[in-house]
Amino acid sequence: MPDQTPSHHVPSRVPSGVPDGGVTRRSFMRTVGLSAVAATAQTQAERLGDAQPSTEDTNQFGPEPGRIRLKINGQTHQLTIDPATTLMEALRWHAALAGTKEVCDRGACGACSVLVDGRLVTSCMMLAHDAVGKDITTVEGLAKGERLDPIQESFIRHDALQCGYCTPGLLMASKALLSDNPRPTFEQIKQGLSGNICRCGTYTNVFNAVLEASGQEPLRDPEGPDA
Amino acid sequence: MNRFTIATATSYDDASAIVKSDRFALPILKAGGMDVVDHLKEGLWEPDALVDVLRAEGGAAAPIQEHREAGRSSIRLSALTTLDEIATSTLIQARCPALAQSAGSAATPQVRNVATAAGNLLQRPRCWYYRSKDFDCLKKGGDRCYAVQGLNRYHAIFGDGPCHIVHPSNLAPALMVAGGVAHLTGGDRDSIPIAKLYHTPDRGVRDEHNLKPGEVVTAITLNAAPNSGFYAIKEKQSFDWPLVMAAVALELDGTRIANARVCAGAVAPVPWMLPAVGQALRDVSIDDDAGLKAACARATQGAAPMSDNAYKLKLLPVAIRRAVLKAAGKEVE
Ligand SMILES: Cc1cc2nc3c(=O)[nH]c(=O)nc-3n(C[C@H](O)[C@H](O)[C@H](O)COP(=O)(O)OP(=O)(O)OC[C@H]3O[C@@H](n4cnc5c(N)ncnc54)[C@H](O)[C@@H]3O)c2cc1C
Ligand code: FES
Ligand code: FES
Repeated sequence: MPDQTPSHHVPSRVPSGVPDGGVTRRSFMRTVGLSAVAATAQTQAERLGDAQPSTEDTNQFGPEPGRIRLKINGQTHQLTIDPATTLMEALRWHAALAGTKEVCDRGACGACSVLVDGRLVTSCMMLAHDAVGKDITTVEGLAKGERLDPIQESFIRHDALQCGYCTPGLLMASKALLSDNPRPTFEQIKQGLSGNICRCGTYTNVFNAVLEASGQEPLRDPEGPDA
Repeated sequence: MNRFTIATATSYDDASAIVKSDRFALPILKAGGMDVVDHLKEGLWEPDALVDVLRAEGGAAAPIQEHREAGRSSIRLSALTTLDEIATSTLIQARCPALAQSAGSAATPQVRNVATAAGNLLQRPRCWYYRSKDFDCLKKGGDRCYAVQGLNRYHAIFGDGPCHIVHPSNLAPALMVAGGVAHLTGGDRDSIPIAKLYHTPDRGVRDEHNLKPGEVVTAITLNAAPNSGFYAIKEKQSFDWPLVMAAVALELDGTRIANARVCAGAVAPVPWMLPAVGQALRDVSIDDDAGLKAACARATQGAAPMSDNAYKLKLLPVAIRRAVLKAAGKEVE
């Protein structure tokens, strides 16, 4: 009875194979999400008309929704948003980049971490407007085409995730850390990732993934560096 | 969040002018936005405009600078310098280690990358009654401080109320012992010492600072305090505001403490100077552990803990002693 097999590797209620031409849950959600976003963008653009100035031309944005341009993973996205939209909301709902996760929505867990001009920030606490004119990198921007970033490969090799909800944030924090410090000590890794909470407690595997991605020996004892 | 306009200030004077004009009914200054956005999400504030100062210096904050005059050194930060820039500045690490340490131990890497110096000093308290829309406490115009009869584990052990918040800023105690000054525009003065920036709740409970509407912080200066240290005791090593923090600036004559300035944080509604501890530390050797302990024990004189926070009486002398040791360049775990 597969339903009763206690395994966190194979979710029991999700069919493992998708019939030819079938739709996975993810691709279904994606289609729905995209068309919903496209529809809103269109109606808002219509309502506002092309004369609506973008925020880059004036020092006032709002109170009505307006257009901003965000450079995400090297691509410019033109989005029509309410000024009260956070960067996380702009990414997930308006740019259809749902890799960035929402957990606490208060800057207190790190799940929504992205890079803004190379610096690690919590996108839930930053207004999208603050990111105008900056280079935003999300987890979708780590891979080069089909080739995963070495830190992603290392996460996979070290099984550095359980439920995976914290993973995009931890990947971005690891990426930020390694860009600043290509060979961090164990203490520096803990410091660098200290703004990311993993509810499943996968820290040791994450630390190992970062150690290996920086050309260092992973730890053998999960309890600490000197075992 | 309610619907608002974002007005981008092109300079600090512009920010002040926007706040003082009648263009908006309820404008709120925003820097990194860490605390402002939190208030908006909790529905505590419903401004019709955020006046954004992030671009007041043209996009990037002026670099941290040192001024030397007549053998004395002072440091200048922009209002927009981030906590991370303070923590990692080799200049601040050398000239005022307490400040670098206070910034580096605050919050998380993500927060430190965004949070500004001025915003940190002017962030509102973390009291859970203040932060919850459901409690109409004194700070929000209500008629009582719920901490008095309620849960007050993280509240003040000093001060006579009527409100019992602790001031949450990590930077404030460090700036207090280093003679910090906030430089201002938009009012009738150019600056205010950090020592005069805050008021106790008996002198106004709705806010914590003495800035007038439209007064904007442009920069922060401080005196070099090379023998200074900061120590925070926290429940979690990351994320949390400290339970107790201490900043100490020493003048040393060999191993003898010739002068000491001590300021505690997270124990009172304002950064809490402890002149009696400073006095008692005088002439004590930094190698005399018993002497340091006796001096630091004076920290709790005059404290009046609430029902759940007497534990802070034990933490405070420890935090101060460790800050003294760090100020003297000793290793502290
Ligand atoms: C998870 C988490 C943990 C945290 N831990 C700590 C901690 O341990 N220690 C600590 O000290 N802080 C901590 N913080 C708080 C954080 O440091 C502050 O919220 C931040 O420093 C505020 O700076 P900001 O630039 O984002 O300010 P904003 O949120 O933009 O503004 C804060 C206040 O300052 C006013 N203001 C801003 N700039 C100016 C100016 N130039 N002139 C006049 N008024 C101005 C604003 O009107 C507002 O009232 C934590 C925050 C989070 C989310
Ligand atoms: S969702 Fe942004 S920090 Fe938790
Ligand atoms: S893997 Fe589940 S929260 Fe980290």
